[in-house]
Amino acid sequence: MGLLFILIIPLAAAALSLVPADRRFAPAITIAGALAVLVLALKAALTVIKAGEIVAIPDWVSCNSLSALILLLVAFVSLTSAVFSWGYIERHTGADRVKKIRRYYSRFNLFVFSMLAVLLFSQVALVWVAVELTTLMSVFLVSFENTRQALEAAWKYVVLTCMGAAFALLGILLLYWAMKGAGGRTFTWEELTAVSRGINPKILKTAFIFILIGFGTKVGLVPMHTWLPDAHSQAPSPVCALLSGVETTTILYVILRLLPILNVSPSIHAGEWFLVSGLVSVGAAAFLLIQVKDYKRLFAFSTVEHMGIIMVAVGLGGSAAHLGATYQILSHAITKSLCFFAAGSTLLIVGTREISSVRGLIRTSPIAGGAFLIGGLAIAGAPPFAVFLSEFSILQAGIAGGHYVAITLLGIFILMAFAAVMFHVNRMVFGKPPEDMIKVALPKTAVISLAMALVPVIVFGLYIPDSLYQLLRLAAASLGR
Amino acid sequence: MTVSSLTQLNALTGGLFLLSTFGIIAMRQVLGCLKMFVLQSIFLAISALLLGYLHQSIHLFAVAAITLLVKPTLIPYLLQRTVGNEVTARREISQLINIPTSLLVAVGLTIVAYFVATPLLAAAGGAVAGVNLPIGIACLLLGAYTVTVRREALPQIIGILTMENGAFFAGIAIAPDLPLIAELSAAFDVLVIALVMGILTRKIHERMGSTTVSDLKTLKEV
Repeated sequence: MGLLFILIIPLAAAALSLVPADRRFAPAITIAGALAVLVLALKAALTVIKAGEIVAIPDWVSCNSLSALILLLVAFVSLTSAVFSWGYIERHTGADRVKKIRRYYSRFNLFVFSMLAVLLFSQVALVWVAVELTTLMSVFLVSFENTRQALEAAWKYVVLTCMGAAFALLGILLLYWAMKGAGGRTFTWEELTAVSRGINPKILKTAFIFILIGFGTKVGLVPMHTWLPDAHSQAPSPVCALLSGVETTTILYVILRLLPILNVSPSIHAGEWFLVSGLVSVGAAAFLLIQVKDYKRLFAFSTVEHMGIIMVAVGLGGSAAHLGATYQILSHAITKSLCFFAAGSTLLIVGTREISSVRGLIRTSPIAGGAFLIGGLAIAGAPPFAVFLSEFSILQAGIAGGHYVAITLLGIFILMAFAAVMFHVNRMVFGKPPEDMIKVALPKTAVISLAMALVPVIVFGLYIPDSLYQLLRLAAASLGR
Repeated sequence: MTVSSLTQLNALTGGLFLLSTFGIIAMRQVLGCLKMFVLQSIFLAISALLLGYLHQSIHLFAVAAITLLVKPTLIPYLLQRTVGNEVTARREISQLINIPTSLLVAVGLTIVAYFVATPLLAAAGGAVAGVNLPIGIACLLLGAYTVTVRREALPQIIGILTMENGAFFAGIAIAPDLPLIAELSAAFDVLVIALVMGILTRKIHERMGSTTVSDLKTLKEV
């Protein structure tokens, strides 16, 4: 039953957010809903660790170890992001525009619902519908500020990802055809894995390529990534945290669920496809990171880089690399949300997204500057933060597996990206602030959510609780066979 | 009716479906594009009916009914309501590649679609899939081409809906018995696409005074 409540709560919160009550009602109900979802997700994750896959409605709603891991991340980031939204949206739109604020929270909840649905539906055709909904529910969040740039970003976002979704739809239908040919009965992940030995590899390969192109657009794999820096920089910062931190990972999850089915037929070379598309993304992102002018775009390109790293880790194969991939999924989500909260706080203080007009941030605002510095260090992969450990474990697994060329390239790209991110962050955080800089106090909720987001970034770099490690291991095991 | 005559009728429908997709590329006016899309959706529904009769499948009859309800009726209505008459009625000739060249490219894409589909059909076969799968893939590619070359918002929306139509046209042959809930939610999804993109187009029109979305290029790396 818990899983069904995870789906019902955001829907209820979306409806309740529109109730014309006190102006604090909509954010409060959103935060309460997100908290409830987080508790239920924790419970579900613990059950998965102990007893394996949970099935709420056979053939329709279920949760395995990989979906439990990402479920936790979505729940956590949506909670911190809801807290951050409170002060940010009020400050940004003006507290008197109550209707616009209510609509924001309603859409926010619907967006969270669509991501949770991707993870919990086990009927593959419905997963496609849910993926499409993640786009449609977030378009107006991207265009929320209603500026020329925001509308442009929203248009590119919806056009490119809907094109991708149409390609993926054909892929999913081909997958169904292949499954029927192998004697499958219901179109669920479980059944697909069960009959995977009988599936015709030719049809499966074509289906996989269509799905990789289609959903890869949404994940932000190069060369289909062009919409991503626009949408992830123009949306309000709490939405960016969701888009960049967990939405990309949620869609990547759908591609990852195909991996055990693909691995049955060596003629598909699924590992190579993952490896090459991952390396191309990491490489392109490393170069693009050098020349950014806008600090939100900086973090957006860093998302492209991290998605590429996960694809490479999955493509390397073997349990060690898969563990690195799940660890990277975890560390990216928690760190990237912190980065966007720091970027949002910075935007509230300096009022511009340009890197070149921000100097001495740590003196203007120690909180925003400090968070920006830690977020930048952590996402670039400096020790002792979580991203460092996950990237290190991937490189280590690759060397142990003898993939020297891929690992050399990956290592060079990661170092380049590290240097690029640190160069920009350093320029913004240190130095002498401009004379005319006015000190603005951050909203209380922004500080709270920065603190909440900071805890896992620091803790998981030093120590991973045993149960979380179990979950990471189980999720990694679900990728192989 | 015999099986072979049904298959032949389906092949005819497939041909008309492809022809209406070419029509979307060849149309100079926004309203003409929309009319071609309506025609195309009707052919999709007819093909679903024929295949439903062939397989004696209630599912496909339901698909045909849902398609008829949503695509040729609700979607044009919604688009005109949200986007407004001013945009739909305006003559539209701006596209990046001219129409005769576009039609040549379209022929090329159709041949590509047959290249993609042939090995799959050799592996799994079926007379009906032999018509629907390559035409569906062709329509998917042609829709993607339309989105790329058209500069106006509404033809781009129609391009995306065409892509979905292509995928569904292949789908009724290769996945005829998807659960009804999946079909219903997919139809709902297409409706939401039209609604969301229509509203976004209106917002763009309100702010920019035009819907030539290809002029939107402030966001890029310097």
